[in-house]
Amino acid sequence: MKNLKMKKEFKVIADLLPKNTRVLDVGCGDGSLMNMLEKEKNIEVRGLELNQDNVQQCIHKGLPVIQGNAETELHQFPNQSFDYVVLSQTLQAFYNPEKVLKELLRIGKSVIISIPNFGYWKVRTKLLFFGKMPVTKTLPNTWYNTPNLHMCTIKDLFNFCDEKNINIKKVIGVNEDNTSLIKRGNLEIKNLFSKLGIFLIG
Amino acid sequence: MNSKLENIKKLEVTKPLRLDCGKTINNFPLAYETYGKLNENKDNAILVFHALTGDQFVAGTNPVTNKEGWWVTAVGPGKAIDTNKYFVICANVIGGCMGSLGPRNINPDTKQPYGLDFPVITIKDMVRAQESLLEHLGIKKLLCATGGSMGGMQLLQFCATFPDKTFSAIPIACSSSHSAQNIALNELARQAIMADPVWDKGKYFLKNVQPKNGLAVARMVGHISYLSEKGMQEKFGRKLQEKADYEFSFNADFQVESYLRHQGYAFVERFDANSVLYITRAMDYFDLSKQFKGGLVEAFKTQKTKFLIISFSSDWLYTTKENKDIVIALNASGADVSYSEIVTDKGHDSFLLDVSEFLKTLKSFIDSMYEKFKNEKRI
Repeated sequence: MKNLKMKKEFKVIADLLPKNTRVLDVGCGDGSLMNMLEKEKNIEVRGLELNQDNVQQCIHKGLPVIQGNAETELHQFPNQSFDYVVLSQTLQAFYNPEKVLKELLRIGKSVIISIPNFGYWKVRTKLLFFGKMPVTKTLPNTWYNTPNLHMCTIKDLFNFCDEKNINIKKVIGVNEDNTSLIKRGNLEIKNLFSKLGIFLIG
Repeated sequence: MNSKLENIKKLEVTKPLRLDCGKTINNFPLAYETYGKLNENKDNAILVFHALTGDQFVAGTNPVTNKEGWWVTAVGPGKAIDTNKYFVICANVIGGCMGSLGPRNINPDTKQPYGLDFPVITIKDMVRAQESLLEHLGIKKLLCATGGSMGGMQLLQFCATFPDKTFSAIPIACSSSHSAQNIALNELARQAIMADPVWDKGKYFLKNVQPKNGLAVARMVGHISYLSEKGMQEKFGRKLQEKADYEFSFNADFQVESYLRHQGYAFVERFDANSVLYITRAMDYFDLSKQFKGGLVEAFKTQKTKFLIISFSSDWLYTTKENKDIVIALNASGADVSYSEIVTDKGHDSFLLDVSEFLKTLKSFIDSMYEKFKNEKRI
């Protein structure tokens, strides 16, 4: 189930990336996205991943991966050394997302970030009507074991970029198989009906 | 032992080699061994660089010592580096004592073994000496080159000196420059040898003896540094050696003492004291960043080689930090680099042991590189 959803997200991300570019996938997991980018778009990929098993799987697929922690080890990548840096559904799990975001913008000419949207209506209703921290398909953990320290909504990240003068190039909302373009004008409604937000910034 | 050394594979290197120290050697022997078969396309060759006390006998049985090859855990039929599939090459370093030119060889000027008249060599000299071997075997480009510890240092030098000679490279548990601690430990080993009166300024060969006590202590120092504190505690703790209580003497009461003594004196049987001096010196002089104006980043600037750096979490001799510095430099120069830290409490020795995560990583990388290399050649 999770894999199918992942595939949709990865497809949206892949569509945002031009062919023959250089891409760093931060928190690249088992290398599924990198594999797809390398094979289908001839993209020169690099991954950063903390989990040993995932690193192992990337190496098995012949994908270049560096074992390390994105929170503390992004400094090893030189300024503007990648055309794009991708961060999939991890921003909210960092101790200091703002610092990480700055690092991503330093390393990549553009940055693609996806976030699970805490503004999604099912999430809102769970908190509103049941008075409990929401557990959904996109947010499967309970409050005491969630890695998500800084949950945010599409609107939050939108406003954050504005406040910090980060150029928003494109925002895409994902709900199951549907995707839609998000602009300032439809932000309120899309913030309610998107499970995921995918931001192209920088 | 010497008669056995006559029968091993040797290449007579005729091309003069100007050493870093300024001296030139020519017509020198380079002893080597190969495992598996070179295929028709010559795209399955893997070069292994050995560590300080290693030799060319990577797999199977070492014909000189009759013991197992030093990397049987990783190299052999069906192993991570599968000799049914790959052609594995390893040469004894110059300065060594397993058939390549070293301080035990006869100095043509004096008709005596070199001893301390042997020129001081560097890691770069070792690596350049091995270039002729690839030519001799008809290999233009290796599928992969690998090595742990000093073997990893040779590999980094190899990639920097010959940027297009290998498709992929796996430096394991090594460093791009020897740290103060590493130099200090090597100095301890050297001083132990030189403090043995039998050593006699390196002229012990005239009396056909070895400074056994000094050499054994040197090896003990090494062995301590190859283990981790935790690994050592788990293996030996305070266990006594085949006795119920202290002997109130200086015999080896503790198992760890007995282990070190055994390792020390076993080493004496197969290694030459002067070789330890020369090889440790070469390691101490190693500082890849010093060879290039722009430092380490510059050293890898022209790399097309795909790297996998591997470190071990409990290795305090060549730490994860030192290995990561290599990754950072490779990243900064835009090279294709992977990195994995294997979690183990087996210390620096891990690369020689049956550490499954490590061997799995090694196998995955080499096999995937083979597929890529074949594809690249086809295109």
